[in-house]
Amino acid sequence: MSAERTVAPAVRDALAAACPSLSDAGPSDAVCGVAPSFVGSPASTGEASALLRAAAAAGLSVVPRGAGTGMAWGLPPDSCDLVVDMRRMDTVIEHAAGDLVARVQAGARMEQVAAALAEAGQQLALDAPADATVGGVIATGTAGPRRFRYGTPRDLLIGITVVRADGVVAHSGGKVVKNVAGYDLGKLLAGSQGTLGLITEATFRLHPLPPAVSWVTGEFAAAEPAAAAVAAASGSALVPSAVELDWPAGGPLRVGVLLEGTPSGVAERARRVSELLGSAGGSAVAAGESPPARWGRLPSSGTVVRVSFWVSRLAEVLAAVSACGDAAGVRPAVTGSAGAGVLYACADPAAGHDAAALFVAGLRERLVPGPGSPPRGSVTVLAGGVLAAGAVDPLGPVPGLALMRAVKDQFDPGGRMFPGRLFPGGG
Amino acid sequence: MTAAVEALAPRMRDICGAGNVITDPLELRTYECDGLTSHRCVPALVVLPGSAAEVAAVVRACAAAGVPFVARGSGTGLSGGALPRQDGVLIVMSRMRSVIEIDPVSRRAVVEPGVTNLSVSKAAAPFGLFYAPDPSSQVVCSVGGNVAENSGGAHCLKHGFTVHHVTGLEVVTPAGELMWVGDGTGVCAGYDLLGAFIGSEGTLGIATKIVVKLVPLPETVHTLLAAYATTAEGGRAVSDIIAAGVLPAAIEMMDALSIEAAEAAVRCNYPAGAGAVLIVELDGPAAEVEAELATVRSICQAAGATEIRAADDPAERAVIWAGRKSAFAAVGRISPSFIVQDGVVPRTSLGDVLAEIAALSSSAGIRVANVFHAGDGNLHPLVLYDDAVPGEPEAAEALSGAILDACLAHGGSITGEHGVGVDKSRYMPKMFSAEDLDTMQLVRCAFDPATLCNPGKVFPTPRLCGEVPGPSGRRRGVHPAVAAGQAEIF
Repeated sequence: MSAERTVAPAVRDALAAACPSLSDAGPSDAVCGVAPSFVGSPASTGEASALLRAAAAAGLSVVPRGAGTGMAWGLPPDSCDLVVDMRRMDTVIEHAAGDLVARVQAGARMEQVAAALAEAGQQLALDAPADATVGGVIATGTAGPRRFRYGTPRDLLIGITVVRADGVVAHSGGKVVKNVAGYDLGKLLAGSQGTLGLITEATFRLHPLPPAVSWVTGEFAAAEPAAAAVAAASGSALVPSAVELDWPAGGPLRVGVLLEGTPSGVAERARRVSELLGSAGGSAVAAGESPPARWGRLPSSGTVVRVSFWVSRLAEVLAAVSACGDAAGVRPAVTGSAGAGVLYACADPAAGHDAAALFVAGLRERLVPGPGSPPRGSVTVLAGGVLAAGAVDPLGPVPGLALMRAVKDQFDPGGRMFPGRLFPGGG
Repeated sequence: MTAAVEALAPRMRDICGAGNVITDPLELRTYECDGLTSHRCVPALVVLPGSAAEVAAVVRACAAAGVPFVARGSGTGLSGGALPRQDGVLIVMSRMRSVIEIDPVSRRAVVEPGVTNLSVSKAAAPFGLFYAPDPSSQVVCSVGGNVAENSGGAHCLKHGFTVHHVTGLEVVTPAGELMWVGDGTGVCAGYDLLGAFIGSEGTLGIATKIVVKLVPLPETVHTLLAAYATTAEGGRAVSDIIAAGVLPAAIEMMDALSIEAAEAAVRCNYPAGAGAVLIVELDGPAAEVEAELATVRSICQAAGATEIRAADDPAERAVIWAGRKSAFAAVGRISPSFIVQDGVVPRTSLGDVLAEIAALSSSAGIRVANVFHAGDGNLHPLVLYDDAVPGEPEAAEALSGAILDACLAHGGSITGEHGVGVDKSRYMPKMFSAEDLDTMQLVRCAFDPATLCNPGKVFPTPRLCGEVPGPSGRRRGVHPAVAAGQAEIF
């Protein structure tokens, strides 16, 4: 982490001229312990552009921020002079209900967008925290259980406006669902953690709100039958919206299946999913109209490791988490979208950084193939003090790192956008 | 430049085998165009590599010599994305056509790029699975080409495009490095290079292995055909279906002229005298589809349908689809030449845009047949003309451009699924600002700083990639053969 930097008064004046709401940063503005000098809250894409231009002229490092719900997730910035707070840009600009499309400013909160869309019986089908902003959800690539059916932000994003590190405003996509004109910058920005630019507007494809929903759950005493149940539900033609697994440390495994549709259709499908879970060996199989405990929730403390895999390896993944957890002594809890091949293994918050790092290293050794082999998944550290302590590389051996760095260098040659957030040693 | 390519031929024979390198002028000519036959350019050299390692070696040889290269799948693209370069190498992927692996539990397949789209679904069928993107050319088009174009199809309304169904790629970078992008599962660790690569029209590298999602075959499929007096009435039914919260697998519409053509070509026996035919397909669990079918049927009726037909078995469904699927080729029966347009408008603007197209058509004195993916606003106006009549090709081209202007004026796009390629790069500045295009090309600079990989496509003006200039300083946005008057455009 860099030492405190002193910013010349003239720089402050230039930033304030670009963005009149500029204020001095307070203690609560620190990003993973790194204290910024200023917070700017642009009211428009134009103002955001002017602010980033001024920051570029002064060589300042910039950290975009939405509601701040995900700020603690990821590596701390190498430096942070200016936080750009997007919460003033919170308008749902356009909801074209007949087109199932909405254009929103990046600072709009998910619950606020949901309320606006619900008036027309529609939704943005992403399970993200209600108080998170749209821009934050895109930048972090946040998606919950329904990623099984609807995908992640990159899959629902059809247009984006972004301010580059040099202040240039760029768009890609548009406001039609079907569009292959030009490169899709939205894909790159989704999950980029603020390191490629500042997202100011987004256009999404929407879905109708289902008239009825049902959660079917079953408990399993061992990993193999739970994995079989997940495979059966996710491979069935009953079109589940989510196929989740929840395995608290020391507890039984719970498989949860979400169905959305018409009341009679959902009732019939829930009956058949219940049969699937029962014949896979599930006990206490039940269907209900409200989500089971911890549905789509991740722990708020401790190390969170995302493991992605091909579903046929689920039992092997669970065995690896169990064995590596025992070896490292981290008592992992496992939860996530098993049917979509994504689980979150969460180490006991009481476990130390060394233990968490050992856990991650063990998982990578067992689950991530060596270079040259076809990739069959990744082990990514999303959160935890272990990141700030520098005890672990968040991405590990993922393919294409050199190309990712080349993309970063093109978009942000000065390395000023959330430097160090994604790649250790800058980026 | 040609000398540089000639010098490459022996090296290419070493890499691919003598029988897989084409230098004979007559044979080269068979590769002069893709599905956009109005642009032709004979490549200097054609190679047919048989493995990813061979593709990498071919690209490395091109990169070392500073020779541009273009990848080609089955050559069905409709925007000239695989138009060769007279100063370059055409890399034809059709020998790499094996389905390497199917994992039914994971619902994933690993295929080579030359595999045809439909053969993936055929290979998956024994496991009760299919590959969802279904471009009309699916019998012949390659999955590698689908990746380049981010292909959709009639059913992408519900099931999504290629980008939603590819979870990993092995690629040869423009520098000739063989590597994977994506972790193979569809989860992004780091930047979504996979998402950037898919739909980049062959300008960021060449895919050599493709991991695709497979989807359980739907339990039930119902197809409904509704006939209307006008496209406006059909359009109202479409809006009402969406407003009712139903998301069909496909919603297609044809106007009177395209029905006439389909009738002449395949005797599809659509309701006589119909001004528009709407095809709605519903798929999913039986428990849901039956209810949706009832809703859709009553909406279609209320919108003024003169006749409704329904099909729930594959043979009957095929009869309904026959006319729609034949439409592009069928217009050949009623016009010597035609341009297939590919604009998109917000679904709610369909009626207005169709009226504008009709007005443009009548003022130009050129017929336009309309076939479209009504559910997602993707129009395929077929501009009919006679290339033997002086002035008609130019007038048709002008009308085709005016249709795109109308789409853009309604907040739409210049291409929904055919791509920009060489055909539409000149329209890109109408849709995107100079800053937008410059920013997109930052991605190009990261992948292909020397601008050797399918240059001259997508972007009207290339960006200079910092301190790494291309080996040839005279590359321009317009395909050089076109600029030099050596490519035939008709």
